Amino acid sequence: MNRADLQTMAQREQEKQARFQCRLLCCASTPCLSSGGAAVQQALQDAIKESEASAEVAVVSTGCMGPCSRGPVVTVQVQGEDDVYYENVTPETARQIVADHALAGQPVQEKLLPSDLPFFAKQTKVVLSNSGLIDPERLEDYVARGGYLALAYALREMTPEEVCVEISQSGLRGRGGAGYPTGLKWDLVRKAPSDKKYVVANGDEGDPGAYMDRTLMESDPHRVLEGMAIAGYAVGAEQGFIYVRGEYPVAAKRLERAIRAAERRGLLGSRVLDSSFSFRIDIRIGAGAFVCGEETALMASIMGRRGQPVPRPPYPAQSGLWGHPTLINNVETFGNIVPIIEHGAQWYAGIGTEKSKGTKIFALAGKVENTGLIEVPMGITLREIVFDIGGGIPDGREFKAAQTGGPSGGCIPPQFLDTKVDYESLKALGSIMGSGGLIVMDDQSCMPDVAKFFMEFCMDESCGKCVPCRVGTVQMYRILQRITDGSATLQDLENLEDLCTMVRETSLCGLGQSAPNPVLSTLKYFRNEYEDHIERRTCEAGVCEMTEVPVMALVEELPRRIRAAA
Amino acid sequence: MLCVLAHKDWDFLSIAKETLAMQPPRTRTQREVAPAEHPSGDPRFALIDRTLKRFRFQQDALIEVLHTAQEAFGFLEEDLLLYVARQLKLPPSWVYGVATFYHFFSLKPQGEHNCIVCMGTACYVKRAAEIVATLQAAYGIEAGHTTPDGKFSLNTARCLGSCGLAPVLIVDGEVLGRETPEGTLAAVQAAVAGKAAPKVAVSANGVDEEVELP
Ligand SMILES: Cc1cc2nc3c(=O)[nH]c(=O)nc-3n(C[C@H](O)[C@H](O)[C@H](O)COP(=O)(O)O)c2cc1C
Ligand code: FES
Repeated sequence: MNRADLQTMAQREQEKQARFQCRLLCCASTPCLSSGGAAVQQALQDAIKESEASAEVAVVSTGCMGPCSRGPVVTVQVQGEDDVYYENVTPETARQIVADHALAGQPVQEKLLPSDLPFFAKQTKVVLSNSGLIDPERLEDYVARGGYLALAYALREMTPEEVCVEISQSGLRGRGGAGYPTGLKWDLVRKAPSDKKYVVANGDEGDPGAYMDRTLMESDPHRVLEGMAIAGYAVGAEQGFIYVRGEYPVAAKRLERAIRAAERRGLLGSRVLDSSFSFRIDIRIGAGAFVCGEETALMASIMGRRGQPVPRPPYPAQSGLWGHPTLINNVETFGNIVPIIEHGAQWYAGIGTEKSKGTKIFALAGKVENTGLIEVPMGITLREIVFDIGGGIPDGREFKAAQTGGPSGGCIPPQFLDTKVDYESLKALGSIMGSGGLIVMDDQSCMPDVAKFFMEFCMDESCGKCVPCRVGTVQMYRILQRITDGSATLQDLENLEDLCTMVRETSLCGLGQSAPNPVLSTLKYFRNEYEDHIERRTCEAGVCEMTEVPVMALVEELPRRIRAAA
Repeated sequence: MLCVLAHKDWDFLSIAKETLAMQPPRTRTQREVAPAEHPSGDPRFALIDRTLKRFRFQQDALIEVLHTAQEAFGFLEEDLLLYVARQLKLPPSWVYGVATFYHFFSLKPQGEHNCIVCMGTACYVKRAAEIVATLQAAYGIEAGHTTPDGKFSLNTARCLGSCGLAPVLIVDGEVLGRETPEGTLAAVQAAVAGKAAPKVAVSANGVDEEVELP
């Protein structure tokens, strides 16, 4: 297939879609399916068949549309009109939508989602621009929306060096957490001398409470593949790997199909788009280890070994998979490549703040009205995310903290709600951008218990290679356990702080280095809660049971307990 | 439950001798001899062999092979690990090390019914711990364990990726969102009491359909 064939294919598909007077887009990603999406889709199809309208009305099963807590979601696209969203659709509503809206043009009022909802209005869809509008299992749908044209353009009009320059100028930074400039990384790999290089997409997404990468892989797999192919061309690699978390079988299946479809049409594989560039992509399925998100551990896992990190340098860009230079980027980073090539670096650099360009996808969850997947321009304030897009805290409760960056991040208290969300500001607050999980907590969350929760996570996930992380996390967990059961002393608090510094400074990889972050940030902003737990043995949020007493207080406590038991 | 290999075929000493001589991360691309039919005649081994062939017996494919093995057998028995070690010419210690490193691989059989409760951050904030505590109390087992009668396993997960529906859990493969401790207990009791087919291993039928035997 060459560029002209690609355009013909796009045109044919566009014409085919234009023949339908109305298209019903039905979300088929995990959250909507778990709230009954499959039955809704069946009902839509049955209703269309019954009214013999198959020629005018089409049902498309798409990826995620965003408002996951309101699922199942159905979008109605009538020619010449704006898209209309329906929430909490049941099979009955589905039949009504077909009869009233699709065929008679009368929207069904009660389940309608207002289109001026801040949830939609405040978002900027760059990476997710196709998500929820195309059928992820059909290559034609992606091509009809301009898919693979960016790859064709890069292959024909740009040299690998120019691609790297374009990415550098766009200001794109890695979305995997640390925010390393992507263009710089590409250029390093491009310049590394080797006859063999690799491109790896990091789709391990171990941060609990984050599911952006999964949604992108499930809703728009070809965009990730196209981004990887452009990267392969830019750095001179012929083989790519995409590492998908084991918990995401649907994403792996869709990627597998997408790769096969693209290979069949000559968009991947040997001689991509009739050029001299060849690029193969293979999938590797993870097996449930958080540390495999770390780049050196991820490479060990791709090579079939225990996912234990190794010290850097050498960086993967110098010596990665099987000793060859390897480019590792997050899945969302690859999702940004196509829009940059398509619209140009200038356009992309116009979105966001001075040092953080573009948009970021967040998985908004926890105690907010609207949970779901959102894509916002960098520099938006936390308040806008939580209160405008998220719709505020349910049940009239009070906002207490927003947690970003998962087990490597921290909790941001209410006084910083007006902080702009970008790499530097979040770091200054003691948290990190992370991969994009944003969990809102209300006054029912106890901060020492939150810190304990993340410490338990790091303790379980520590790979055991270096002592500070393996032993330090256990000791920190034990102290936090004592704080939350009432048997801690002020000395424990001091030890905890010492341990935090020690583990942060001396661990081998990012897991250990960032494991103390949740403790440090909660200590910084919610120290009074720690002191309440220790000095007054009370938990304001009512989470901790505080049944134990410090060892030294046992002398007084024991007779009381014996009396109570008698 | 499974005794797929007769131990006389697989004495540890000779395996150890054979594998000790090898340097682990050596990549072998081609095996000289085609794998013989498995002595136990269990068709599920054909599935493993197919994956082995697909990856041309490369030692790097160990995790893929273990995935297939676990899918076919439900869990990774010691015999199974030895079989994989032998086919890939890796030391058993290497295979055991990888199998025990990753949470996904289970070396113990799973119960007939299972419930996976998400303990990710979003679910934790929505009090998933209370759900786990309720189930633990009701069945007298810790998370990650199976009841002595092999009927029910309780597991926890790190995030099921449906955080919008927190707290989330999976009962026998069905995802349930916005659950309460009482609701979960009822759902689990219904699943355990119901005569739903065991979900663990691929049934003999399924295998026959899937494998093209030569
Ligand atoms: C403990 C740990 C876990 C990580 N988990 C992930 C992850 O789940 N996804 C990811 O893309 N990067 C993760 N990273 C970051 C990667 O090491 C790496 O920096 C990233 O994939 C680079 O891609 P980027 O430049 O596009 O951000 C993790 C790092 C550490 C230390
Ligand atoms: S935290 Fe439970 S599904 Fe994500």
